[in-house]
Amino acid sequence: MTPPPSTIPSHGDGWSREEMAQRLALDIPNGSYVNLGIGMPELAARFVPEGRTLIYHTENGLLGMGPSPDAGDEDPELINAGKRHVTALPGASFFHHADSFAMIRGGHIDLSVLGAMQVSCTGDLANWSTGAPDAIPAVGGAMDLCAGVKQVFVITAHTTKSGEPKLVERCSYPLTGVGVVNRVYTDLGVFDVTPEGFRVAELATGIDLETVRERTGAPVLPALEREAMRS
Amino acid sequence: MIDKRAASAADAVADVFDGATVMIGGFGEAGSPVELIHALIDQGSRELTVVSNNAGSGEVGLAALIKAERVARIVCSFPKTANSTVFPELYHAGKIELELVPQGTLAERIRAGGAGIPAFYTPSGVGTPLAEGKESRSFDGREYLLERGLRGDFALIKGRSADSHGNVVFNKTARNFGPIMAMACETSVVQVESVVEPGGIDPEIVVTPGIFVDRVVEVASPVHESELVSAGATYP
Repeated sequence: MTPPPSTIPSHGDGWSREEMAQRLALDIPNGSYVNLGIGMPELAARFVPEGRTLIYHTENGLLGMGPSPDAGDEDPELINAGKRHVTALPGASFFHHADSFAMIRGGHIDLSVLGAMQVSCTGDLANWSTGAPDAIPAVGGAMDLCAGVKQVFVITAHTTKSGEPKLVERCSYPLTGVGVVNRVYTDLGVFDVTPEGFRVAELATGIDLETVRERTGAPVLPALEREAMRS
Repeated sequence: MIDKRAASAADAVADVFDGATVMIGGFGEAGSPVELIHALIDQGSRELTVVSNNAGSGEVGLAALIKAERVARIVCSFPKTANSTVFPELYHAGKIELELVPQGTLAERIRAGGAGIPAFYTPSGVGTPLAEGKESRSFDGREYLLERGLRGDFALIKGRSADSHGNVVFNKTARNFGPIMAMACETSVVQVESVVEPGGIDPEIVVTPGIFVDRVVEVASPVHESELVSAGATYP
């Protein structure tokens, strides 16, 4: 995927959540079948460039998911994977769970956008459990999504609230999938997972490679020349 | 003459036995057969194994069944949701066993069980803690886990309407696990808002063919779990 030049305005120290989602949305080709995870991934739907039509899949059984209904029009039996009320757009379809996950596992969905606790430089993803002994384990569809969907993008803050890197050499939290992440969008930029490790695809405005390296728990390679010229 | 109508939810679940495996449809409240679950609470069977995507919310429906300590074990992909307090309490107290299964693996295990397939290989979960203890095998250079098909004694499902032969259509995203659970269980019970005569549903739009359904119960105005939860309702 070659994104068009970014038009995201500068806010000093990296991108806001909205700007990250906006930057990610630029990379989704017209006509893609897309599954957006709960939380920040869902924001990307608000920033799809004009002229592109994406078809949203929600794993509880709907293709062609539309935005939230107006107040008063909610239907408790029309919800998304986050159990929020949604709508079904013209051309939508409903199906049962085995079909829904055949779409996922069978490689029919083009893109999955997920949040992360940690991503490793080899594309491992940890996003379902901190491994804390008192936590209620819950996994949902994340393992299926990252095992089967053609491309997996992660959108996440570059570091935890306490400043710990989330892009790391090896995940310390329990894994969701091994070698599954293709690209990571953070407040500091866009990073590809390559055979050589994390490589800058684009830096957020006002962010230099040194800053990224300070806040990353794994080596970060500079952008290839073509990308560097663009930014 | 075939007539799968049960007179009431109570009649439809009367023969659930202690230790039975009960698959319960629903994704959150969408498709949760609340009236059938409440009938099962009244009916009294214990030591159940429940197969369900979630573990209920508030103190109604599936959460009420768990709170009544009737469920010994739950097979589930996402047992925590907003307003889910009953399951965490019993889980921490060691009063309910959890088998955590990735959602797609859960769906396929149920489908396989219903389709006569005892086991299959899947890429989901490879290299994760949920792969521990599972056989794996490589096909075309990629690793897969062996997962077992799941079968149940009873399925409790919510549809929109059915005919007396058990052909069912569903409502929007309330379909979720209903069709595959109906296939996977010895006795499948479906609550619907209306039961019609054979011919009343166009065969082209039947989602679950009647061969997979044993009993249909009319619940004309089913409650919505979220409304009960926000009203602070409990059952019984």
